[in-house]
Parts: sequence; C-alpha cells; structure tokens
Amino acid sequence: MNLNTFMRAACVAAVATIATAPARAADISGAGATFPYPIYSKWADAYKKETGAGLNYQSIGSGAGIKQIQARTVTFGATDAPLPVEKLRKDGLVQWPQVMGGIVPVVNIEGVKPGELVLDGATLADIFLGKIARWNDPAIVKLNAGVKLPDVAIAVVRRSDGSGTTFNFTDYLSKASDEWKAKVGSNTTVEWPVGVGAKGNDGVAGNVGQTRNSIGYVEYAYAKQNRMTHVDMINRAGKRVAPTLAAFQAAAANADWVNAPGYYLILSDQPGEASWPMTAATFILMYADPADRALSAEALKFFDWAFRNGDKAAEELDYIPMPANVKDMIRKTWVADIKNS
Amino acid sequence: MPALYRARRRRNGVAMSLCTAAAAIGVAWLLVILATLLWNGLGGLDLAVFTQMTPPPNVRGGGLLNAIAGSLMLTVIGVGIGAPIGLFAGTYMAEYGRYEKLTTVTRFINDILLSAPSIIVGLFIYGAVVVPMHGFSGLAGALALAVIVIPVVVRTTENMLLLVPQQLREAATGLGLPRALVVQKVAYRAARTGLLTGLLLAVARVSGETAPLLFTALSNQFWSLDLAREIANLPVTINNFINSPDPNWKRLAWAGALIITFAVLALNIAARAVGSRSAVK
Amino acid sequence: MSDLTLAAPTANEAAIGARSAALSRLRTNDRLFFWATRLSAWIVLLILGGVIVSLFIGAWPAIRAFGVDFLLVQRWAPNAQPEPILGGLGPIYGTLVSSLIAMAIAVPVGLGVAVFLTEICPRKLRQPISTAIELLAGIPSIIYGMWGFFVLGPFLAEHFQPAVIAAFEPIPVLNQIFKGPASNLSLFNAALVLAIMILPFITSISRDVFMTVPPVLKEAAYGVGCTTWEVVRNVVIPYTRVGVIGGVMLALGRALGETMAVTFVIGNSFKIQASIFAPSTTISAAIASEFAEASDLHQSALILLGLLLFVLTFAVLAVARLMLMRIERKAGN
Repeated sequence: MNLNTFMRAACVAAVATIATAPARAADISGAGATFPYPIYSKWADAYKKETGAGLNYQSIGSGAGIKQIQARTVTFGATDAPLPVEKLRKDGLVQWPQVMGGIVPVVNIEGVKPGELVLDGATLADIFLGKIARWNDPAIVKLNAGVKLPDVAIAVVRRSDGSGTTFNFTDYLSKASDEWKAKVGSNTTVEWPVGVGAKGNDGVAGNVGQTRNSIGYVEYAYAKQNRMTHVDMINRAGKRVAPTLAAFQAAAANADWVNAPGYYLILSDQPGEASWPMTAATFILMYADPADRALSAEALKFFDWAFRNGDKAAEELDYIPMPANVKDMIRKTWVADIKNS
Repeated sequence: MPALYRARRRRNGVAMSLCTAAAAIGVAWLLVILATLLWNGLGGLDLAVFTQMTPPPNVRGGGLLNAIAGSLMLTVIGVGIGAPIGLFAGTYMAEYGRYEKLTTVTRFINDILLSAPSIIVGLFIYGAVVVPMHGFSGLAGALALAVIVIPVVVRTTENMLLLVPQQLREAATGLGLPRALVVQKVAYRAARTGLLTGLLLAVARVSGETAPLLFTALSNQFWSLDLAREIANLPVTINNFINSPDPNWKRLAWAGALIITFAVLALNIAARAVGSRSAVK
Repeated sequence: MSDLTLAAPTANEAAIGARSAALSRLRTNDRLFFWATRLSAWIVLLILGGVIVSLFIGAWPAIRAFGVDFLLVQRWAPNAQPEPILGGLGPIYGTLVSSLIAMAIAVPVGLGVAVFLTEICPRKLRQPISTAIELLAGIPSIIYGMWGFFVLGPFLAEHFQPAVIAAFEPIPVLNQIFKGPASNLSLFNAALVLAIMILPFITSISRDVFMTVPPVLKEAAYGVGCTTWEVVRNVVIPYTRVGVIGGVMLALGRALGETMAVTFVIGNSFKIQASIFAPSTTISAAIASEFAEASDLHQSALILLGLLLFVLTFAVLAVARLMLMRIERKAGN
C-alpha cells in the first residue's frame, strides 16, 4: 500500500484506540505485602460482587509496597513492617493495622506430618544461621523424641525480596537468639547466612513444596491453603503451641494499640501460655493529603467495608480481625488525619 | 601402516558419533521441553481459560482472558509503533543511504541492540516513561516491546530490500517514477514476503518477553484495556502464578505457557514457510 | 505533447497547471519519505543513546557513593545503617561464571551439531533437524525457567549432583568446587539452562559458516585420503575460525543478559561460594528480583549493575559483530 493509505490507516487506528480507552474506572490500586494477600483478595472479590468496584492489589512484598506508596504510583500500600512515626510524618503518610495473622515455619520432610515437628526460637535461629545443618542434629532430636529425622542436609528457604514477613520473623529470631541479633539482626531484608531466596510468601511456599528436606517460613494462610507441613513452636512461657486461631488470638490479646503512636506495634514473642510466638499485624499506608481524593475515599470505603463485613472471611483463613475498639480508633484516625475521607 | 589407518578411522568414528550424539541431545532437549509443556499445560487447558478472568488464589476455575487480551493489545501496539519505525529505518539503509557512514554505524548499533538484554530495555523505559508518568502503564509496556521490535524489523527489512535487484529500480526510474514511489511500489512489492517474514519474527520475539514488562506494565487482576494504567499480560501473569503453591494458579500458569509457546512456535514456522516461498526475481 | 500546444490556450494552461501541481506533490512526497526514513534510522541511534544516558543518570548516585569499590565488594546490604552497603561482586561473579560454564557445555555440543548437519546428516533430514534446533531459540525464556525449576532442578538435585559430589570428594581442590549439599537451585543449574538456550545460536551460525567453505578445499582433502573428522578439524574449522568465534561470542552475549530463565533456577544468593552447586545470583536476576521494591541508593545500585551488564554485553556483541562482518565479506556477501 502507498504512503497515503498507510498514514490514513495509522491515524484511524490511533483515534480508535484513544476513543475506546475507557475513562479511568473506579479501580482502587494497591500494592504490598504478600502476608495478607489471601484475605485481601478474598475481600476484594466479595466487595466487587457487592458493589462492582474493583481492587487491584499487587502482591509484591512489603518493601515494594512501601516504595510504591512513597512514589505515589498506587492509592494504598500494604506492609507488615510498620513505619515508625517519624517516617510517617516525614512522608505524610497515615498507617493503621488492617488484620493480624501468624507466621509459621514449614518443612518438607518425608514422613513428617503437619504439627509433628516442634522447634523453639533458639533452634530455629541456629537452623537459619547455618549452625544446625542436618535434620538429625542433636538439638532438633532433643526437642522431637519419637520423630524419625533423616540424616540429610537442611535446605533453607528464605525470602529474596523486601518482606514484612521477614521483618517479623527476624524480629522474633533476634529476641530468641543473641547470636542472631548480633550477626544478622532484623529488617525487611537481611544478609542471610544460608539458604536460597524465593519471591513472596507464595514463592517460599512453592519452593518448600518443591524441595526435599527444606524449611521455610510463611504466613499461616499459605501453609493452610496448600496443606503444608507446619511446625509447632515452644513459646516464651515454655509451652508447646500449635498455630491455631486461638493461639494467634492469645498473642494478639496482649497488643496495646491505644498507646502505640502511629499504631507501630510488633507482636512477636508475646507472653502468655497459649500465645503463638510469631504473630504479626499487617498495616495499610495511605496519604494524609492524597492527590486524588476521590480514589482515596473509595479505598477507605473498601477498608471500612472490610472492617464491617470481613471478619468471618478472615477467621476462615485463620487471620485475626482487629478488635472492635481498635476499629473505632482507626475510623477516628481516618476522619482526623486523611483529608476528605 | 594399517595400525595408523585404524587409529585414524577409530578417531573419526568416535568424533562422528559424538557429533551425532550432540545432535540427538539437541533435538531431545526440544522434545523434553515441549513434552513437559504439553504434559502440564494440556490438562489445564479448557474453554474457561479463554473466557474468564484471572482468579484470586485458592479458588477453582478462572481463566486468563484479561491476560491474553492485555498481551494481544501490548503486542499489537508495540509492533504497531516499532514496525513502521523499523521498516522506514531499514528502507533508508537499503535505498537512500546504502553506502553512507550513517548506514554502517546504524547497522552495527542495530545488530547489538538486537541481542541486548531485554531487562535493560525495561530499565530504560522505566526511567524514560514510568517515572515521569508516575505510574506503571500499558503504554510503557508497549513502548518497551516496540524498542525490542525495532532492531528485528530493521535487520530483516534491510536484508530483504538489499536482495531486490537494482534492475527493477532502474527500470521504474527510467519510466519516470519518483524515488519514493520506486521504493514503495517496486521495492516493497518485490520484497513483501521477506518483510512479512520479518514482521512475523518480530511478533514471535515479543510475545514471549517477560523481563521488559516486569517494571513497565506490571499486571492487573481485572479486565482493563486502559493503557494509562497497569495492564494484565500473559508473561508476567505466568511469572506470578507459577511461583505460587496454589494448584489452580499453577495449572493456569502452565496453560498460559503452553499458549504462548505454541503461538510463538507457530509464528516462527509460519515465518519460515513464508520466507522460503519468497520469490525475489 | 504537440496536440496540447495546438489546442486552446486555456486548456493548455490548465493541463500545465495540473501537471506541475502533480509534479510538486510528488516532489514533496519524495522529500517527506526521504526524511521520514532518515529520521527512523536516526531513531535507532537515539534509542541506543537513550539507553546509555538513562542508565547513566540512574546509576550516578551509586557511582558517586561507591566508586570502584562496587566492583570489589561482595556485601549486599540495602538496609544497613546509616548508609546501605552495596557491592556488586556477587552478581558479577555469578553472571560471568554461569555464562562461562554455559559456554563450556554449549560450544562443543553446538559445534558438534553443526558438524553433524553439514557432514553426516542425510540431506532429507537436514532441514527438519535444523528447524528443530532453531525452534529451541524461539521458546520464550520464562518457559525455560519453569522447565528448569520443575523438571531439571529436581532431576539434577536427586541424580546428577550427588553423583558428581561423591565422585570429586577425594580430590583436594576440585572437591571444593563440586561440594554439596545438592540443591534444586544453584549456579550450575542456571548454567545448564543457559547452555540449552544458547545452543541454537552457536549451531545456526556455525552451520552457516561451515557451508561457506569452498567445496574444492574439502574435496582436495578427501582426495588425499582424509577422514571426515580430519577434514573438519584441519580444513573446515581453520577456514571458518573467525565466523565460529563470532557466533560463540554472540551466544555469550545472549547468555550474559538472560533474565527469566536464570531467575527461576539460580537461588538468589548474593554470597560468592566456591561450590557451583550452591545458590548464586546474576546481574539480571538481581535486578528482576529486587527492582520493584528498591528505592534511592538501592535502586541506583541496581541500575548501576544494569549499566555494567550493558557495557559488558555491548563489548562482547561488538566483537562478535566485527568478526561476523569479516566472514561475511570473505564469503562474498
């Protein structure tokens, strides 16, 4: 075809594309932690059925979620590693806990069933430090009389991306082991002494499922939904606990949200006989003065809906909903801190 | 003497069997990979894959409709931007500037861009488009694909146009045709099967690219054809789904992988078939 | 024309007017077309310039912060206080070593296939087998990653790696390179996947250059009684040496930049370890894994890694292209 026809066709195509591109739909965009992704996506599905508004949540990890909201490329960010108040003030962000859950170690050892293996904080730290390298190490055997542990190397799986789950996990390990605290510390990414890196909670779960004689750490919904072999823990009170909704709730009951500025609270290693040692809250970050107030209001409508109607769905996946008084506190924070909410 | 002959023949036999084994290994790898794809992907392929949206984790059913639509859109727009630029650049190099320095340099640079890591293209578009636009978008993804399409089309266009005999052009000019029309009506027409081959190869190349889309178009859970926001696409969706332990997501990821691979292979074979019929007299 | 000059003057002027209008329109079209094509050629150069400039701008904070140390320090701690400590030695090592191992596997196999196709293969099978090998190049790299993660990785971890580890255990230096534990995700696994990916490039270019050998040279060798292998070794390969090296370097350029296939199977560890069965990372895998969440200095360091990768692949591909240009000229193209 000659140049004229070609140019004409190109113009028509361009106009057609621009004309058919719909006006920005009321799609709330958010990005962040993989920790709450199972419950957020369940809520989003139900919310879309009820109201028609969509929630596009990119489950890319807490580190990426914080970065996206700081760069204003999404309406809200989600992170299990809360930002301290100074940082919130500096960036003009508002933060609140949306739901709580538990982190569990998962293993893939032939013949070991879910809940059969038990570890304590110090042993777990030593495994992730590389000091305990084989499954039949005396330290593990001591805690697990009667469990058949093979004489093979432990394949450690940890996170490769910036993760709030890692933040809470390493926070617990730092409390349980001085050596961990000194050598590695606690953060969204740390310099892991051993192990292969997987992306996201789902990546760790997938890797552990795929690799024999491996151990990893995931949010409990991932272990439950994929029928993985979870590990019981010995908590601060010296008691063995299984990762159940009751154990998470026992840990969460200790949380003093009223006195936490910016809702900054880490729930690892809580006291109590029935407390699960690796409980964590997951937070939402939004702008106090959003660029697009309408979108911001839409997002808050969703979170309010989730507070009102989402508890049952959360408990089905073994997430703990926020207590009622905290929900009211959070609503007051929205009105006070977020413009035009 | 016979001992020397025998040794040489033995060496030859060993070498030739190793070469045959190498060829067998090469073909075997292809078959193993395709077999894995078919084994894992066929089971998950059903009509719903083409008619339903991507599902949330741990539910049954769902499909890849938004990802397929998004990929088609990105490919069409990416090729729509990149192919004309590549065509024109190749035309300049073969028709107007055949012996110029500009052409030699451009050809050299183009061949390097052809094999450049695609993640670098993604980084470039991130800095050039995503950051100024303050957000991920289908447009950024399409531009990243366009940057990958251009070198492929430039190369094939130039090669095909160089194959057109000069006598055709001289005859047309002798009849009084202006230069632009000589190129459009004579050279393009003579090389059209080759140009089509190049186009098919370019489409095949970008259909499977994941890295450039990772931080340009990102992905989208829902149906959206809005170029100004994130758009679902097959490679990034497969990347997200395959890493998950959810068996439904894994099934969809394999089905999507099967769709992409066979689309790409079909395009490659079509390009080859068109190219071999290319009659440039 | 004479009939026009005899016709009425008004008709003459109209015709001349129309003709000159048509001619000037054609001339404008000509000029437009010329400039459109010239501009497009410039766009190709602009793209390259744009890539280099944007990478440089993005990497500048990291260059200023770390300088040459970036190439020498292994530690990768984006969250270190007060300033992140980021050294690129880990990804650089992984990129170079995985590519070199991939070449060590792919070059002999690729050349072997090319020799097979040109010397041994029955004429009828030549096209199908060539096509089959070239289709390997068409498979998207994410598919290679998936296959490597689900099929090749477990296979290597269960059967291949333990055998090699056991075999090398008594040997003093090599047992550090082939040390266990066997892992699904490792530098070696990534190198093997890379080898399969770059095989078609080596094969197709080698096959094409093997075909440029003048038959008279080979016939002369056969005439004095050489075996096929001796002809290949002493006639074909020396004649096509430059082209083969060009093809090998092109494949190296691809291997250095490969992202998705490697990210799936390499294990994402920034530590440099002696064993090739340990997890590692490459530049492109590191960027793909961490870019989405990186900001400020961390992001700049990743872009610096990208710049280094671009410079490296540019150099390798430039050398490859120069060599291939020489052999093309020799073949009379």
